[in-house]
Amino acid sequence: MNLERRDFLKVLSTGALTAGNVTSVFAGIRKTLSADAVGILYDGTICIGCKACEAACKQYNDMPPESANLEKARGVDGIWDESYDLSEKTLNKIKLYEHGDASTRNSEENGFAFVKKACMHCVDPDCVSACPVTALTKNSTTGIVEYDKDACIGCRYCMVACPYNVPKFEYAEAIPEINKCEMCNHRQVEGDIPACCEFCPTGASLFGKVTDLLEEARKRIKLVAGSTYEYPMRSLDEGDVSPKTVAPYINYIYGEKEGGGTQYLLLSAVPFTKLGLPELSATSSASKSEGIQHGIYKGMIAPIALLGGLLYGAYQTTKNSEG
Amino acid sequence: MHEKQALGGRLLTKPFWVLLGLAMIAGLLLIKRFLFGIGAVTNLSDGYPWGIWIVYDVLIGTALGCGGYSIALLVYIFNKGEYHPLVRSALMTSAFGYTLAGVSIFIDIGRYWQMYNVFLPWHINVNSIMFEVAACIGAYVFVLWIEFSPTFLEHRKSLETKRKLNKFLFFFIALGVLLPTMHQSSLGSLMIIAGEKLSPMWQTGWLPLLFLMTAITMGYAVVIFESLFSAVALKRPLDETPILGKLSVMMIPLLVLFLLLRFGDLIWRGQLGNIFNDGMLGAFFLVENILFLIPIIMLASAKNRTKPTTLFWSAGSMILAGALYRFDTFLVAFNPGVGYHYFPSASEILITVGIISIEIMAYLIFVKKLPVLPAIKHS
Repeated sequence: MNLERRDFLKVLSTGALTAGNVTSVFAGIRKTLSADAVGILYDGTICIGCKACEAACKQYNDMPPESANLEKARGVDGIWDESYDLSEKTLNKIKLYEHGDASTRNSEENGFAFVKKACMHCVDPDCVSACPVTALTKNSTTGIVEYDKDACIGCRYCMVACPYNVPKFEYAEAIPEINKCEMCNHRQVEGDIPACCEFCPTGASLFGKVTDLLEEARKRIKLVAGSTYEYPMRSLDEGDVSPKTVAPYINYIYGEKEGGGTQYLLLSAVPFTKLGLPELSATSSASKSEGIQHGIYKGMIAPIALLGGLLYGAYQTTKNSEG
Repeated sequence: MHEKQALGGRLLTKPFWVLLGLAMIAGLLLIKRFLFGIGAVTNLSDGYPWGIWIVYDVLIGTALGCGGYSIALLVYIFNKGEYHPLVRSALMTSAFGYTLAGVSIFIDIGRYWQMYNVFLPWHINVNSIMFEVAACIGAYVFVLWIEFSPTFLEHRKSLETKRKLNKFLFFFIALGVLLPTMHQSSLGSLMIIAGEKLSPMWQTGWLPLLFLMTAITMGYAVVIFESLFSAVALKRPLDETPILGKLSVMMIPLLVLFLLLRFGDLIWRGQLGNIFNDGMLGAFFLVENILFLIPIIMLASAKNRTKPTTLFWSAGSMILAGALYRFDTFLVAFNPGVGYHYFPSASEILITVGIISIEIMAYLIFVKKLPVLPAIKHS
């Protein structure tokens, strides 16, 4: 047994694989918002829970209503939409928070509040990093996370990766696709805004550039509760406003920092954890996983060096043998 | 050169018919899966997009298929020729394990007809751990069958082809060590991106190294377990016990290192206390680590390592430990949020059982018809 060779290989195989590992675990924030990135500011305090956004979303994205139980009970078809949460047929969803006797709007105690769920269009999306075949991509201008079914293999790693459980898979289809909100990309290219913002009667869903929306959100959380504020409607650029009484905002913009930031921002008067939104670190999981992976495989040096050592070892041991 | 021989004997035994029946049930359920979608046969959901097909068939299946890798590492790279008699059957089990993992992936993925996109340069995403895993496993299945092909060539008496192949075999042997090193560690890395959805007791930047270490030890354990089990089941003498005892020593330092890293990392991140805070997860954590500890204790004395029963149970415990570690990391400790639950459906389990049956049937066919197992020495 050749001791030197053994040691060399041991160092090579274990050292190369672990060295990169440790140094680059905490990769930090590495992706920033594009200047033209668009987003949605959802202000739960002025949402009335009418679900006009849900109906508009279904209409403009050709999504069927989900109505199994209620309709079965009534013996009708295609009348109601009663999805419980986001699903492969429901790309945005208004959910209700209730506590105690639910008498006070926008109150954590004995109150109720609304929250809208949809794709967050992360600045550094985990789903995009996870997808092995580039079926999920982040548009370099708008920042919209887009899906291409012709690339997708249906491995569902994006669903494992997404901290908000947004990508949904058509389990009931023989030819399934992943469905998620693409911020009405097809409407935006025609100069329209996302359907949920267009048809929101209160301005709770507001479309705009993410930088402008962030500014608007920062302004709102500083407002005095009970005062009157002119809430912009539909799109920040439109200039249409509607005066409303200001609710006691939580001094936090959900989405400003979560997982490296998102282009879908939320405001609320009820703590975000109560609304079912996850508490996330300020960096994306993708930055950690890519940090480790690229640390190990940097320039393919470690694998190539390891292969070189292995080739040498295997050649030496087999050259005189009959197999 | 160690003599190998086909076992011979009747193929269509009673157990074989049972296995065939199970495989046919799985076949029928698979027709349902492809006609009506994955939801028609599984309990998978938006919260739990991966179930036992991925966690058992792929993650545990390929780890059980690491015998070929672990033994090749010893024999060809560390030049421990004495383990050469174990190479062929280990490679065969690996080839089955990995091939069927590939089949399982095909069944599990939704848009299987586009599976080849993983190999198209304009589609691949080098940031994706899944790309690394898929490409490496795909390549390794190919490498395994080449490594195993001398057995076919011997059987067909194509000795000239075998001699030619032997000249290049070192290249495939080297790849056969490199590729599992890469993808078995990446299988662990897969869960880093799950972030907060995976319990901090399992979520760590050390996942790739922890998965690699358990893959290698599971490889040795499978070789020991399979060799002893098949000796008893196929009524062969326990000739290989001394070499298996020697092989079992390999697991001890790897397991000690594994536990040191596992606990050291938990202490470093201040997560050790969670073992006692989180009832069910804490229990799974303890069982998992006790199973890792059992082989270390059982195999510590040289005398114990000469006993086939001790070897058998310690290897069994090691296999369970590695399997449970994978189950925990991908399912038990994975919590996508309120309202999501997963337990496999009967159809899902039957399809996995069918795949395991096919694997055992293939094993029986191969050892009876091909020169895989060492020839029995008649004294």
